[in-house]
Amino acid sequence: MDEIQSLMQGFAIALTLKNVALMFTGIILGVIIGVLPGLGGANGVAILLPLTFSMAQSPGGTTSAIILLSCIYWGALFGGAITSILFNIPGEPWSVATTFDGYPLAQKGRAGAALAAAFTSSFVGALVAVIVITFLSPIVANFALEFGPPEFFAVYLLTFCAFVGMSKEPPFKTLATMMLGFALASVGTDPVTGTLRLTFGSTHLLTGFDFLIAVIGLFGIGEILLTLEEGLAFKGAQAKMNLKVVLETWKELPKYWLTSIRSSVVGCFMGIVPGGATPASFMSYGVARRFSKDGDKFGTGMVEGVVAPETAAHAAGTAALLPMLTLGVPGSPTAAVLLGGLLIWGLQPGPLLFVEQKDFVWGLIASMYLGNIVGLIVVLTCVPLFAAILRVPFSVIAPIIMVICAIGAYTVHNSIFDVWMMLVFGVVGYVFKKLQYPLAPLVLAIVLGDRAESSFRQSMLVAQGDMTVFFSNALVGSLTGLALFLLFWPLLALLIARFRGR
Amino acid sequence: MSENDGGKPAFSVRTAEIATAAFFLVLGAIVIFDSVRLGMGWKDDGPQAGYFPFYIGVIICVSALVNLVAALAAARKKSAGFVGVGQLKLVLSVLLPTAVYVVLIGWIGIYAASTLFVALFMRWLGKYPWWKVVAVSIGNSVVFFLIFEVWFKIPLPKGPLEAFLGLH
Repeated sequence: MDEIQSLMQGFAIALTLKNVALMFTGIILGVIIGVLPGLGGANGVAILLPLTFSMAQSPGGTTSAIILLSCIYWGALFGGAITSILFNIPGEPWSVATTFDGYPLAQKGRAGAALAAAFTSSFVGALVAVIVITFLSPIVANFALEFGPPEFFAVYLLTFCAFVGMSKEPPFKTLATMMLGFALASVGTDPVTGTLRLTFGSTHLLTGFDFLIAVIGLFGIGEILLTLEEGLAFKGAQAKMNLKVVLETWKELPKYWLTSIRSSVVGCFMGIVPGGATPASFMSYGVARRFSKDGDKFGTGMVEGVVAPETAAHAAGTAALLPMLTLGVPGSPTAAVLLGGLLIWGLQPGPLLFVEQKDFVWGLIASMYLGNIVGLIVVLTCVPLFAAILRVPFSVIAPIIMVICAIGAYTVHNSIFDVWMMLVFGVVGYVFKKLQYPLAPLVLAIVLGDRAESSFRQSMLVAQGDMTVFFSNALVGSLTGLALFLLFWPLLALLIARFRGR
Repeated sequence: MSENDGGKPAFSVRTAEIATAAFFLVLGAIVIFDSVRLGMGWKDDGPQAGYFPFYIGVIICVSALVNLVAALAAARKKSAGFVGVGQLKLVLSVLLPTAVYVVLIGWIGIYAASTLFVALFMRWLGKYPWWKVVAVSIGNSVVFFLIFEVWFKIPLPKGPLEAFLGLH
């Protein structure tokens, strides 16, 4: 078993004192970020990314940097559950389903049990996904080594079409924001011919729009503006967390083993497909409600109703890193930011990573196992502390978060113009969110725009402008076909519904 | 959302939808315009610079038109409020100071600007006593100074205050 051996080497890299310390730092920062309104996985990692620039330059530093950033991500995933259960405020979109039963449990005075169940099932979901990554990613990477430009473009196409086909938002709104992302990505110097595009003589636009600025603005400032509408105070339940509650909950949890397995499978599958974490949590909640014998009591505070979405969301959030590592196609905005980090550190995400950067890849995978164990310990022991952060009044927290966002935007390129852009993106994010224009495809398009475009142009060059190159063999043909199917799925669904209605 | 303290809506969702769709339409037109200028066809050495963005612009315009038609078709009466007057005031009361804050960053540096920004926010929206305002706002900037300038050695914009204190 090559994977086991590589994984053991990975553990040797991840288990140095420095890296374990970084794991704890990352998890704690991540939970704080996940708990704070306006800061989530994506923009939290984006703001802290510049801090890793110098870290990544030392030998082996890229592994430490990715461990820090990915642990922030795990921490933010855990943190989302705290706000959902105690305050009925989902920290991330995929925590929405956790509020359905989590908040009623907290109101019944069982907040501790709900939190313990959420954290434990998050851990289980993540663990299953990491095991899947361990064994599946070398195979996928190996397979993808044979990919040429048409295959890569087909994968990008599939990613973006999946957004149109699977998001809950209206398809033409998804399409509009996605293409806006591509347009923003093409601003600046054309990577192939070197001509300036869409800059209109502005020197600020020469380097184009940085997606980190967009992420900080869209998710950070936009989220704060939305939170403001709800008023300035949070009302939350008290969490009583002690060993007794945890042990009692753990005794109860094995009853839901079938729900856990189902949710993990749903999560892993949906996580590999882009944009999957949020639908995965809803789907898994729905499936659990249908199959549970207490199904009709869901929504009144059932532990099982917390287990299902949390397992799936974490499995999906973790599995989203599989396509990011093996194909260079992130499955979620946070995975996109991590991918951006890899590019800035000088690593080329994609199948070659598994050949050329073995230490990095396996160090990261090993750190996923360890990071989630660390995460479980940290959140179980420190919940009251983290919940206390939310009790700090918003009129203190909000300006400080604004300052953090401004600093984060500034440090990307040391430019005040970027801070302005962040503010503009913040207003855009606020309006888009209220009008159901999805933000994730926008961010992913900014990140992948250049790469998607160059793979498209290379394929066109090879094929001399003949579009049938995307159907030239079974592999690329089925990828393109699946992409087109997903793209037209909303239309097909509409037609089927009409047909049945008659 | 708009039922609680928001009061009567400042403008409707329908208006916001139409404005956003129009915004996309203009954007798409700009992209198409510039792509045509760059050349959207083929040259001897392959696709020109405007080849890919041109189609992006076309798709933006088409989706914007669909969204615009959908928004126009939505019944005027049924349209809910996009944002209440009270909510809009609250949002603007944060947005405008933030814009001033970004201007100040360029003039007096990020630390002094942040101190003023946090202080204003706490005093105005939070109605805290002055000693708390001063302690939190200055403490916050000192912590950030230590993290960025001292610990991570990342220089942030500084102004006359830092020059006066000899912290450059």
